[in-house]
Amino acid sequence: MTGKTKDNYNKNYLNYVKTQDPPTQHLKNCAAAFGVGGLICCIGQFIRFMLEYAGLTGDELAGTTSVILIFIGCLLTGLGLYDRIGRHAGAGSIVPITGFANSVASPAIEFKTEGWIYGMAAKMFTVAGPIIVFGVFSGALVGIIYYFI
Amino acid sequence: MKKGNTIFFKNKPRITSFAAICGSKEKEGIIGEYADITLEDDMYEESTFEKAECKMLTNAISLAIEKGSLKEKDIDVLVSGDLLNQIISASFAARDYNFPFLGVYSACSTMSESIMLSAMMVDAGYVKRAVAATGSHFASAERQYRFPLEQGTTRPPQSQWTVTGAGSCVIQSATEGIKISSATMGRVCDFGVTDVNNMGAAMAPAAADTIMQHFKDTGRDPDEYDMVLTGDLGVLGSRIVKDLCWEKGYDISDIHVDCGEIVYKVIENEFQGGSGAGCSAVVLNSYVLSKMRAGLYKRVLFAATGALLSTISSGQGESIPCISHVVELEI
Repeated sequence: MTGKTKDNYNKNYLNYVKTQDPPTQHLKNCAAAFGVGGLICCIGQFIRFMLEYAGLTGDELAGTTSVILIFIGCLLTGLGLYDRIGRHAGAGSIVPITGFANSVASPAIEFKTEGWIYGMAAKMFTVAGPIIVFGVFSGALVGIIYYFI
Repeated sequence: MKKGNTIFFKNKPRITSFAAICGSKEKEGIIGEYADITLEDDMYEESTFEKAECKMLTNAISLAIEKGSLKEKDIDVLVSGDLLNQIISASFAARDYNFPFLGVYSACSTMSESIMLSAMMVDAGYVKRAVAATGSHFASAERQYRFPLEQGTTRPPQSQWTVTGAGSCVIQSATEGIKISSATMGRVCDFGVTDVNNMGAAMAPAAADTIMQHFKDTGRDPDEYDMVLTGDLGVLGSRIVKDLCWEKGYDISDIHVDCGEIVYKVIENEFQGGSGAGCSAVVLNSYVLSKMRAGLYKRVLFAATGALLSTISSGQGESIPCISHVVELEI
């Protein structure tokens, strides 16, 4: 190793790997995320308008829109289409509520083979679990801060 | 006889028959016409992907035995392993047979390790015929190591695609077949790569180390080989392994072929190419051995590479130790 220490050598190697690495296409991913994410939000907004037109208001309106979007997300996951969209969508399909539905439905489908209780139900939140934990935690934190100011 | 880390087989056991099964995606690639069975459906008429993987392995083993005009009772031992936890595919495949089973785990280099161990036993005369086999399945590997299949994530450009397939070969002392003249046992190399998506960069030093050790022990030059076949380094890893060897004065750039790089038809779709234990097993047991049997390649150095990590070790932030075993094949 030409007199270098092992740590040094590793650093050299890792730096060398970095120069060889294919770059992540940030611009392309961002554009895809903007397009796909925007489209999903537009569809959501369209559903909202339609429901408003049907006479729903306030919390009912927001809740129904979310439920419909979650249903669409789960349906596309079950049909095996959501992962194909996701592969080309940057993070555009992960961030909206349909992505959350996908992250709950996909392990549920996947681990069904290990049984309904220890497989499907127990593994359902392997991906979405952290989102729920930190979502609830940060929600509570913001609530406490809001209470005092 | 052993010199350095290389074992020279005095009786030169031979690979007399081999068989490979590959999935629908692999069928479209270079190995499609050489594989014995290609799957239409990756479930392989089973209820789970794990069962499908096991069935592929079982069929590959049976087919290799059959193609060599042998019967189950002629086989003395099966050396096999796979990628799943507790090597369930290999062990479950072995329960269908009456001969003894030795389970090995060497991640994606299981093929070269099992060939090496089989050759050692046959060469020493402890067993007459041994079967070396391994396989992997994209769906079962994906769910063990990464995310559920249906989850819509974007894959990083360094990532590879686990090959769906299984390969096996029968090793015995015979007068016909492909000779196994020597084998170099690999050392575990860890250059500190922690990115689990960048297996090529993690495994390349291990491959380079064992390949160069082989050259050193045999005293041969790279140009005395027709092909140096690495397992699943992918595009990036292949570039690195050539660089690492070249740095030490061994130029393998003209003869180096990577199974992961050649296995898919359109490599761009899979970023770096194929990976998994099945990758090297399928390519070796279909394309490469067929070509060797036809006399197109005279001497091939088969260096499958494996990343010895688990989801626990990578979760704890450990770097990825890797290994590569080299088997020298001749006609």
